[in-house]
Amino acid sequence: MEFMTDVFGFYFGTFLVILGQSLLVIVLILVALAFLMYADRKIWAAVQMRKGPNVVGVFGLLQSFADFIKYIVKEVVVPAGADKPVFFLAPMITFIFAVVAWVVIPFDDGWVVSNLNVGVLYIFAIGSLEVYGVIMGGWASNSKYPFLGALRSTAQMISYEVSIGFIIVGVLLSTGSLNFTAIVQAQSGYGALSWYWLPHLPMVALFFISALAETNRPPFDLPEAEAELVAGYQVEYSATPFLLFMIGELMAVVLMTALITILFFGGWLSPVSWLPDGIHWFILKMLFWFFMFAMAKALVPRYRYDQLMRLGWKVFLPLSLGWVVFVAAAAQFEWFGGFYVRWAVGG
Amino acid sequence: MPDLLREYLPIAIFFGLAIVLAIILTLSAIIVAVRRPDPEKLSAYECGFNAFDDARMKFDVRFYLVAILFIIFDLEVAFLFPWAASFQHVGLFGFWSMMVFLAVLTIGFVYEWRKGALEWA
Repeated sequence: MEFMTDVFGFYFGTFLVILGQSLLVIVLILVALAFLMYADRKIWAAVQMRKGPNVVGVFGLLQSFADFIKYIVKEVVVPAGADKPVFFLAPMITFIFAVVAWVVIPFDDGWVVSNLNVGVLYIFAIGSLEVYGVIMGGWASNSKYPFLGALRSTAQMISYEVSIGFIIVGVLLSTGSLNFTAIVQAQSGYGALSWYWLPHLPMVALFFISALAETNRPPFDLPEAEAELVAGYQVEYSATPFLLFMIGELMAVVLMTALITILFFGGWLSPVSWLPDGIHWFILKMLFWFFMFAMAKALVPRYRYDQLMRLGWKVFLPLSLGWVVFVAAAAQFEWFGGFYVRWAVGG
Repeated sequence: MPDLLREYLPIAIFFGLAIVLAIILTLSAIIVAVRRPDPEKLSAYECGFNAFDDARMKFDVRFYLVAILFIIFDLEVAFLFPWAASFQHVGLFGFWSMMVFLAVLTIGFVYEWRKGALEWA
């Protein structure tokens, strides 16, 4: 009996600790997202020499929270021909899969809710599932623009997921582990020079562009091409279901910035050896990549759909596949010493 | 066991929290906001025209082709993951086995390309 209470007490304590950590991570990310949404709009406005949101709060800092209240008090319109359960399920699925991906992201050494040994595989699986929200939303609306937008969006997301997968395999070959913490630790040593961006330099560019396409961000926002498809799969959505889609999309963008940071830019590691490592580096690197996402949105004109598919299948796929072969050969035949292979030098 | 639990319990808890949050957000607008539906508001949006046909119509077979290609290559990536993670243990034999496998897939890819499965124009 005493044994039972001990086991129960142990598991219950662990459960409470995990619940607290999870809540903390989710709440912090959602709050950060509100300000990132604002930053995105401000950067876009600054490039176009507009002021952007500047009314709610100091410098318009509370704009996202005002928007949030607005979304809740708006009417939920369900089109007459829509498949109701699927219509509501679609934005929820987008949101849920965007949130749960964060469980394996290490923010600092040991600062991870679940230090999963197959973390990369988990992220990859969750990323694949995110397509379902889009295609369900487009199908359930029973309207032509959402349907066409969902088809386009799905084809685009799955096309670029393949090259993202190959790029990640290159990093895995260098590390020899599927654990995110191990991937970051393998990049320690000579500061910024031992991060994976240097050996995997061409793949950083490919990953960034693929990430833009995977998250339907401009210049690849073809599902939302407002001149042709109005707003793609989101046309019939309003109020909080629309908000869930929007949070899900932006969260996927921020997740991509976290992935670039972990895979190629050493996560929480300090770029110079005389400064301590820490979560501030992780956040700074993520903010930098988010800035790049926002600038790409503001500066680059939109692609045409056939160009997008050509780039994904005929350029990125062969390049990333070739890179996997190259890194594997470099690891097998020990070219460049320990430059490509970190497990061989005790990483 | 506790190790396994420590790794996978957070995922279950994250799923639970995300589902609860999604339901709360969806329900809040349904409960709070006033709903005044009318036939015009509920009709499918088609830039002011009346929707004249069912929206679930025939679509281009190329989307289907892309989906099939995706399955092949995504499986390939899923197959590469364990190989890459255990690369230091599989040795020269493991390396060449995977190179042969990739070569076979590349032949298939070149065939698709030549057949025009990747053309969109």
